[in-house]
Amino acid sequence: MVKITPTRRSVLLGGAAAAGTALIGGRGAEAASMTVGFIYVGSRDDFGYNQSHAEGAAAVRKMPGLTVVEQERVPETVACANAMAGMVHLDGATLLFPTSYGYFNPYMLKAAKQNPSVNYMHCGGLWAKGDPLNAHSYFGYIDEAVYVSGIVAGHMTKSKKLGFVAAKPIPQVLRNINAFLLGAQSVDPSITMQVIFTGDWFMPVREAEVTNSLADQGADVITCHVDSPKVVIQTAEKRGLYTCGYHTDQAPLAPKGYLTGAEWNWTYLYPKWITALQAGGSMPNYIRGGFKESFIKSSPYGAMVPAAARTQADAARAGFTAGNFAIFKGPLKDNKGNTVIAAGTVLDEHDPVLESMSYLVAGVSGSAS
Amino acid sequence: MAAEALGWWGVPLAVGAGAIRVSTPFLFVSLGEVVTETSGRINLGLEGTLVMGAMSGYAISFYTGSPWLGVLAAGIVGSLLGALHAGICSLPKVNDIAVGIALLLFGTGLAFFLGTPFVAPQAPNLPSIPLGFWSDVPQIQAALKVNVLFFIGVAAAPLLAWALRNTGVGLMIRMVGDNAEAARAMGYSPLTVRLWATCFGGFMAGVGGSFLSLYYPGSWSEGLSSGQGIIAVALVIFARWRPMYCLWASLLFGGAGALGPALQSVGISQGYYLFNAAPYVLTLVIMIIACSPDRTLAGAPGELSITK
Repeated sequence: MVKITPTRRSVLLGGAAAAGTALIGGRGAEAASMTVGFIYVGSRDDFGYNQSHAEGAAAVRKMPGLTVVEQERVPETVACANAMAGMVHLDGATLLFPTSYGYFNPYMLKAAKQNPSVNYMHCGGLWAKGDPLNAHSYFGYIDEAVYVSGIVAGHMTKSKKLGFVAAKPIPQVLRNINAFLLGAQSVDPSITMQVIFTGDWFMPVREAEVTNSLADQGADVITCHVDSPKVVIQTAEKRGLYTCGYHTDQAPLAPKGYLTGAEWNWTYLYPKWITALQAGGSMPNYIRGGFKESFIKSSPYGAMVPAAARTQADAARAGFTAGNFAIFKGPLKDNKGNTVIAAGTVLDEHDPVLESMSYLVAGVSGSAS
Repeated sequence: MAAEALGWWGVPLAVGAGAIRVSTPFLFVSLGEVVTETSGRINLGLEGTLVMGAMSGYAISFYTGSPWLGVLAAGIVGSLLGALHAGICSLPKVNDIAVGIALLLFGTGLAFFLGTPFVAPQAPNLPSIPLGFWSDVPQIQAALKVNVLFFIGVAAAPLLAWALRNTGVGLMIRMVGDNAEAARAMGYSPLTVRLWATCFGGFMAGVGGSFLSLYYPGSWSEGLSSGQGIIAVALVIFARWRPMYCLWASLLFGGAGALGPALQSVGISQGYYLFNAAPYVLTLVIMIIACSPDRTLAGAPGELSITK
């Protein structure tokens, strides 16, 4: 952990916090000129994860009285601690969005302890009791939107085989893989899917190779869960395959094959949260949401998507929005034949069991370990 | 659109197609480095040159609309970086390995800095030649879409081998690399020869980089190279400073890189980290087999700092 030389500002802020000033509500007067910091692990224009957050930051920038500072390509090392400290001590940021998964523990939690008057909003983290109260974690149930994409894919596939380019077999990724196939199988239960793991979040050459391998094995609709879907979508387009996007709208990359995609909706949420903070409200520490809470959205359908697919996808989305539709319900078997969800059990999206998913459902070829 | 699954036939096809698709940057960087090292200098900064080439080629292609101008620009930028390396190394008591590492960091850093505006836009890509027209199988047609740069690289290997062996320039480069004193006695300036040899190496590495951003995978991003420039420099030693061996080594490396995804696609999904490491394991194995205490590093230029 880096030692930060105490500046006048940090001493004053620290003193104020020690004196017991309310952490969030007490700043009402200065809220009008608030500085918000965004930290990204990759490039802001990656057509993916980082771009989705940068679009949220751009929406925040448009709000009156707000200053936005950004730093991109910050690795998940002590570099992110330095970036956060710089934004707090040099730019005077009072709200930070360190957006990459690996920033949370230990860097962000430590920083939150050191600067109790700064709010830290982390995407993907698991805030637990005992963590600092000015640390917050948020994430969206984007598997709902992936499920909707899967429905469209299920209508479009002719080979009845889908392809999924995945980074690592962690729960969030496995959940999307399973949701995509379950969505497609809701159209035709005979549909199967091949998943190939690249081993890391951002490996352009290998992602292109993986996409080509999936195409060679007869998959005709491709989707992915990597940080920047650009290469996957472009390679699939060159091979004449259909694609479903992820993180942001990749339609401009694949005018012939882009069906729809699962997108984050940070452009709506970030300004909303900041408005609430400015009004003196406080932020929960553990924030989750799906279609219902407008955390996510689907890309507009490509022109080739037929009416039947649109109708079924729209119906599923309406079900999610109303809160009466669940993706993961029993009886559900994994691809080794074990029953993972017993008959009669319905797992709500909010169920924490789903955040530790470790299996691939029946019909997926690939291994979760 | 729908294609029949190839099953196990997909593995050799993927390895073959991968060899063609992925090998080109390795080939260009290693061929250039063969010439540089034959002149008695090692340029470890080619990773930085590769990334700069990828970025500048993409940028020029985006601005001019011509990917071939991008390739040319990438080569020019590469030779400028080569000239910088050679220029610094011409100073007395300068270690070429240290300068190479510095230029590696400089090149990648500069490319990331200047390349930020080019991550989002799409530049025109290099065309490919469809050599699979004779086949009805879409997978084979896709595998045989070959880029012109690949053929240039394949043609350059025997050409360079011939030129190094049989021409006056080749002899001069070899002499400077094997014994600078002798070259000086013959009236050649080792520093000038090495300057041109390093510029040539930089040019090739720049062109290799432009293949990455302008053909496969075909867009500029920071993760594009992921160490391919460094591997290519290692390939030169692996290839015993022979251009033809560089060709085989590059093809082998490209094919081995495709093995991991291809095996996963036919259901060998356990231990994919290991299969993804196949190129590196392969290099190690071949190095161990090829090395013997009696004839270690045969063919190494006498003036090369790593073998001197």
